[in-house]
Amino acid sequence: MSVLVVAEHDNKNLKSSTLNTISAAEKLSEDIHLLILGNKIEDLAKSSKSIQLVKKVIICDHEKLENQIPELSSPIISNLAENYSHILAPSSTFGKNLLPRVSAQLDVTQISDIISIESQDTFIRPIYAGNAISYVQTDQKINLMTVRPTSFEKCEETGGDATLENITFIDSEVKTTFVSREVSKSDRPELGNARVVVSGGRGLENSDNFKLLYDLADKLNAAVGASRAAVDSGYIGNEYQVGQTGKMVAPELYIAVGISGAIQHLAGMKESKVIVAINKDLEAPIFNIADYGLSSDLFQAIPEIIKELDLLNQIES
Amino acid sequence: MKVLVAVKRVVDYKVQIRVKSDNSGVETQNVKMSVNPPDENAIEEAVKLKEQGLADEIISVSIGDDKSQDVLRTSMAMGIDRSILVKSQNTLEPLAVAKTLKIIIDKEKPDLVLMGKQAIDDDSNQTGQILSALLNWPQGCFISNLKIENNKVFISREIDEGIENLETSLPAVLTCDLRLNTPRFASLPNIMKAKKKPLETIDIDTLGIDTSSKIKTLKVIEPPKRKAGIMVNDVKELVQKLKYEAKVI
Repeated sequence: MSVLVVAEHDNKNLKSSTLNTISAAEKLSEDIHLLILGNKIEDLAKSSKSIQLVKKVIICDHEKLENQIPELSSPIISNLAENYSHILAPSSTFGKNLLPRVSAQLDVTQISDIISIESQDTFIRPIYAGNAISYVQTDQKINLMTVRPTSFEKCEETGGDATLENITFIDSEVKTTFVSREVSKSDRPELGNARVVVSGGRGLENSDNFKLLYDLADKLNAAVGASRAAVDSGYIGNEYQVGQTGKMVAPELYIAVGISGAIQHLAGMKESKVIVAINKDLEAPIFNIADYGLSSDLFQAIPEIIKELDLLNQIES
Repeated sequence: MKVLVAVKRVVDYKVQIRVKSDNSGVETQNVKMSVNPPDENAIEEAVKLKEQGLADEIISVSIGDDKSQDVLRTSMAMGIDRSILVKSQNTLEPLAVAKTLKIIIDKEKPDLVLMGKQAIDDDSNQTGQILSALLNWPQGCFISNLKIENNKVFISREIDEGIENLETSLPAVLTCDLRLNTPRFASLPNIMKAKKKPLETIDIDTLGIDTSSKIKTLKVIEPPKRKAGIMVNDVKELVQKLKYEAKVI
């Protein structure tokens, strides 16, 4: 049977989470279809055709789909469902907002945030903030799943030659209107996708001090993250939060600065390859999972690290 | 306006959970249980709406065994007027939870349904969205701000890219982020008063819906543990280790 992947995008480009989700779909079928619901997405559809693993790109292009209102997009997905054994979306806020509505419309139970596909009907997902791992099996007529992007590689964006199908927009009566989106602009890599993440916690003490972290992040070409405590205290925006109720990250290198390491934070970063913790408090639980711990005042340590990195760069160049 | 809040009883967020030795699930016996944290934000928001004179009745609903009365009493100690416990011995999947809530909502006819954006035990993040679709009411997920004026609902949603602002109308289903508000502590006099507030019990079998599990849990295991690392003495050593040992910079 074929597998449908619902694309996350901004009407111009696919989000990398979509590429991770396509890789997950490859474990289920060779016949992967990519569904793009959006506004003025002709160019996006064209570029998506070259994704190697995708056999068919299905688009629904309508001005009402501009802002991804799930009440409008979910019935379109449900209408296509009978052709598929599995429907996958990334477990980003986009997928979380959308796919459960399809679950209601199809009367099947969705499996959230899978981290591994064992077979056509058996999947692995974390529960309790990743403090337990659950193996689940289902024999439903269709499997609806959100996929944790960091658990699957990104697929190749080139080399493919998918067919393109346009489907007609079905209107639904919707009472919600889009007002605005407050998106922080940054030249740094995307948090969910960066090779290096530098995260700050309450130890930073205020938003001005976060500039220290930005400097370090720029030296390492890293994304910036934060603990919930730092976001709650208003040091930095919610889109930077790493943890159970924020983003899941799994970079090559995660540097936790002034973060104590509550289990809710660890849930979002403990799959990182190398973890560095910098904290004054030797008792901080973050040290229990860090590969390299430095018990030090971060306001001294961070400028020193930047200096050391500059020295290294000089030696190399 | 009438507000209904859905509340789940979960293992307290401070508890280090343990996987059962037979790998059938997570130990919940003799473990501290509490209101699911973002459900507390939903309760708080309902109480605030009543204090502002926007809501005239606020009720809470939970699904679970008799012990779930605890979390309903807590909600009433925080200011909820009355509660309904839908008694179920089995753990329900989000779809079944939403179907159960829909029956209660069809009977109670609230104008607004509030609940947490996800339960911190199962981490599914589905019930509010499913309920919104079943009711065909507007959906507002992961909200960190709510304003209601002349039947218009203005919400701010926390999304991966930042904040999204939407306008919608009542009735609606809204799921709450932890940043929506700061839940109040129940005072002792209010805890005493809550014991006298009405708590209705309904047996789930009388509702006539399919609440059977569609997903079979084969096993639950502990996550692989990270090996304990080392403490470095200074920044120089740290940078050297990252460069030449871990090779990540």
